[in-house]
Formats: sequence, C-alpha cells, structure tokens
Amino acid sequence: MISLPGSSRICLDMPPPGLRRFAVSTSVCTLMLVVAGALVTSNDASLAISDWPLNWGKLVPPMEGGIRYAFAHRVAAAVVGALVVILAAWQQSREPRAWMRRLGWAAAATVLAQAALGGAMVRLIDPKSLSIAHACLAQICFGLTVAIVVGHFPSLPGAPANASSGPAPTLAACALFLQTILGAAVRHGAMTAVPHIAGAVVATAFAMWAGLQVLMRHMENAPLRRAATLLLALTFSQVFLGFAAYASLAATADDPQPMPVMIWATVAHVAVGSLAFGAAIALTMIIFRRDKPTRPDLARGGMAGA
Amino acid sequence: MKKIWIAVGVMGALTFAGCGGGEKTETKQAETAAPAGGAATPDLTNGATITGKVVFDGAKPVMKTIDMSANPTCMNAHKAAPQKSEEVVINDNGTVKYAFVWVKAGLPDQTWQVPTSTVELNQIGCMYQPHVIGIMAGQNIDIKNSDPTNHNIHPMPAVNQEWNESQPPGSADKMQSFPRQEVMVPVKCQIHNWMRAYIGVVSHPFYAVTGDDGTFSLKGLPPGTYTIQVWQEKYGTQEQQITVGAKDSKTLDFTIKG
Repeated sequence: MISLPGSSRICLDMPPPGLRRFAVSTSVCTLMLVVAGALVTSNDASLAISDWPLNWGKLVPPMEGGIRYAFAHRVAAAVVGALVVILAAWQQSREPRAWMRRLGWAAAATVLAQAALGGAMVRLIDPKSLSIAHACLAQICFGLTVAIVVGHFPSLPGAPANASSGPAPTLAACALFLQTILGAAVRHGAMTAVPHIAGAVVATAFAMWAGLQVLMRHMENAPLRRAATLLLALTFSQVFLGFAAYASLAATADDPQPMPVMIWATVAHVAVGSLAFGAAIALTMIIFRRDKPTRPDLARGGMAGA
Repeated sequence: MKKIWIAVGVMGALTFAGCGGGEKTETKQAETAAPAGGAATPDLTNGATITGKVVFDGAKPVMKTIDMSANPTCMNAHKAAPQKSEEVVINDNGTVKYAFVWVKAGLPDQTWQVPTSTVELNQIGCMYQPHVIGIMAGQNIDIKNSDPTNHNIHPMPAVNQEWNESQPPGSADKMQSFPRQEVMVPVKCQIHNWMRAYIGVVSHPFYAVTGDDGTFSLKGLPPGTYTIQVWQEKYGTQEQQITVGAKDSKTLDFTIKG
C-alpha cells in the first residue's frame, strides 16, 4: 500500500476477482433473506415453528402452511450466515484494506447477532421490540454487504475533492434507515402508520436532495450518475409501493387471512426499501471513497482489470 | 473513510435507540386469587337472573370464504361446503352467535370459586371450535387437536403471559389457564393463518357466550346494579346498566348495528 500526493491511500494489491464475485453473491443472498423474512411476517407465520434452534423438535419440520415460510427463512439465514462469515474470513486473508476487512467482520457480527435475535424472538414469543430490532439489523447487514461490494469495485472513480456533495448522501442513507425502523414498527404493530408516512416524506426529501445534487454536480461521472439515478428511481418506486401496501392492507382488512395482493405489495415494499437503503449507501461510498486505483488496467474497468 | 464509519455508527445507534418499547402494559383488570376455601359461588336459589339476546340490526353481512389451499388436509375437511369466516355469525332468527356477555362492573369485591371443570377448545377442520369461549381466571382450557394435521396454539394476551405451543396430530390434550382477568384474549394458529379464536377470561362466573339462538343467561347474581358488556369480534363492545334484586329475573337485550 502506498500514498500519493493529492490523493488518498492507493491499493496496488487488489483482492482476487473471485472474492469480488463472492461479495456480490453474498449481498444478493442477503437481500433474498430480507425478502424471505418479509414473507414470513406478511404470511403471519413468524411463530409457526415454536422451538429454536430445532424445528418442531427435528432438523426438518413437517412442511405445511406457515411452517414452510418459517423454515425456509431459517435455512436461508443459515446459508447467508455462512456466506457472510466466509466472506469476512476470505477478506481477512486476501483483502489489503483494513477498513474492508473490518466491514467484513462487522457484517459477520450482525448476521450472527441476527441469528441470536431470531432465536430469542421464538423463545420469547415474538416481542415487538425484538421483532423490530430483527428487521432493523437485517437492513444493517444488507447495507454492510452493499458497502463491501462497492468497496470491491475500486475502478469506480470517486468524486473530485473540490466537488463534494456534502452530507446529503449520508443523511439520505440515515433517513432511509430510520424509515426501515418506522416501517418495521408499523409491520409489527408497535405504532400506527402515521409516523412512517411522515418519515416517508422526510426520507424522500433527503433522497431527492442527495440524488439531484449528485446529478447536478457529477453528471459527467457515470458511476455516480448511475448510483444517484438508481437511488431516485428506487425511492420513488418505494413511495408508490408504500401506497400500494397501505391500500392492499386496507382493502383486505376484512379478509380472514393474509391475501396474496397484500403479501406481495408489502414484501415488495420491504425489498425495494432495502434496495433504496443500499443505493444510498453505495452513493455515499462512491462519493467518499479515497482509494482510487492507479493501475491503468484497474482504471479501465474493475472486473476486466482484476 | 472516517465519515463512512461515522455513518455506520449513527445507523447502529438509531437501531438500538429506535427499536425499544413495545412492552406490554398492565391494565386495571383485577388479578384473581387461587381458589380458596372461602371462595363464593353463584347463589342459584336467591340470586337474580339476567337473560337476554344479542340481536343484529341491518343487512346480514356476507362472510368471506377461507382459502385453505395451503393445506390439502384442511381443504379436504371442507369439501362439502367451503368454510366461511366466523368473524360475524348471524343466526337464522337474526341474533348474533359468538358474542361474549359478562358482568363488567358492580359485583361485590370478593373471590369466586374457580370451577374444576375444563372448557374445551378443539381444532377440527383447521378451525377452532368453538370460535369464542369464556372461562374463569385460573380455570383450565382443554385444548384438543382433532385434525390429522399440525397446529400451533398462540394466544396473544395483553395482561396474561403469552405462550405458543405446537400440537401435532394425535398428541395429548393441552391444559392451559390464564391467571388474570382479560376480555378478550385472541388465539391464532400461525401454520394456518386463518385460524382465530377468542377467550374471555373473567374473575367471576357471570359470563356467557351466545350460541345458535343468540341468547345468554347470567344466573345467581347478588342484588345490585351491574354494568353488562357484550363483545363481538367485528363490532366491538356495548354496555348497559341494570339493577337487580334478590330472586329477580330481568331481561336485557343488546342490538348490534351492522
């Protein structure tokens, strides 16, 4: 690792491309796990399996009704847990940047904490506070894997030092995360939808501020432009899905069971919310990154160069 | 890079700051003592009787059909006629089934004898039977699984202790009770997310659940002025006051507007 004048630390020993692909796969699997968790909640199946770590006293429970969702979530969690720990260990051995190694272990710590929290939820009969914390920690874990993925693409040029976007992307990420807390509180019956709706206005404003500011200042920078556009598109989609989720909940309130339209609207709302949070983190990472590559092959394209 | 760590730290702090709360709150409901030698029983000879019915006023609501396709065993149990939701059940005579009627206030401050008999809550055809039951605090509920499929029983009380237990087919009955008065305790099965039941837990014996004729009867009440409450799953609660003397027999009807 060397330092160049006018620039930050530069990594000449980049991690292998396999590690990068593994990081991307892990992040995608983490998002799938978030979706699996949302399916459990939307199908009202969170306590279909009343024991933990076993399932109805067995490794594989009888597959019927809500047990399928709960068990699939447990299996997915085990897989993602293993992936994240492997990612952290792999980064520890091959990743030259200390902050990246720390991100890996932070993700591993959150996924292990998440497993413990999931078990506590079952043992303590799903207290709202734990359910909300479980949903929030899932977002943090996904956000960390997104940060790791962005960190593995050093070819993305950072923002020029004289054209900072200020705190907007960071604030947008914080606002979107705060929205996930409020959303989880609504989903788990801890509060009414009003704070979440008010939070949506604030989060959308921050996302617009961040996205539009980056677009205006860095239109020539393709990665930044793409990340900002993605953040705006996901945020607006999320607002639409929020309306759809609320409307579907209201429309099916008299139904004797969770209806598919409500299930898919709420699950999509959770998934796109995670993606918007991930996009805000990616934008923040790209804006603030300091590890620009100097090798020409890396500068042309991360995957090809690596 | 330092800013990224600051951002991560802020988000972590937000999680733990924002994820608290949700604790159950105690209500003003009285806690019932364990059965004691001096516990009172309804005086069926000299006590008053309140009878009545719960009438539905309005167009009979059409209940939705439950989709049991997630479990073929459940679906096969209702091959002849698809199961409708039991949220509102209107009897042929225009009365309401599964309304819980109880003396909410007015009883003397004393401990009442808890019956040694159990109240059955069966799981049959992937439905709870009956949909609404009443028990005294401390009285046992006999939970049966008559289905050839798995169920879990998850009552969600606000005052009493919450629990969640699995009950495979053919397994022994489960005996459970709630020590504190609570009207109503929702019960659900999270394997079959349409299964709902409600348990009225009362610290005295003056309660009833309306049946196929929509009537109720509260017998052996001491003389006094009482607040009688009726609860219905969809339409909520109604209250009326009534004064009775010894050996009185009075009628008190409730009308639920649709």
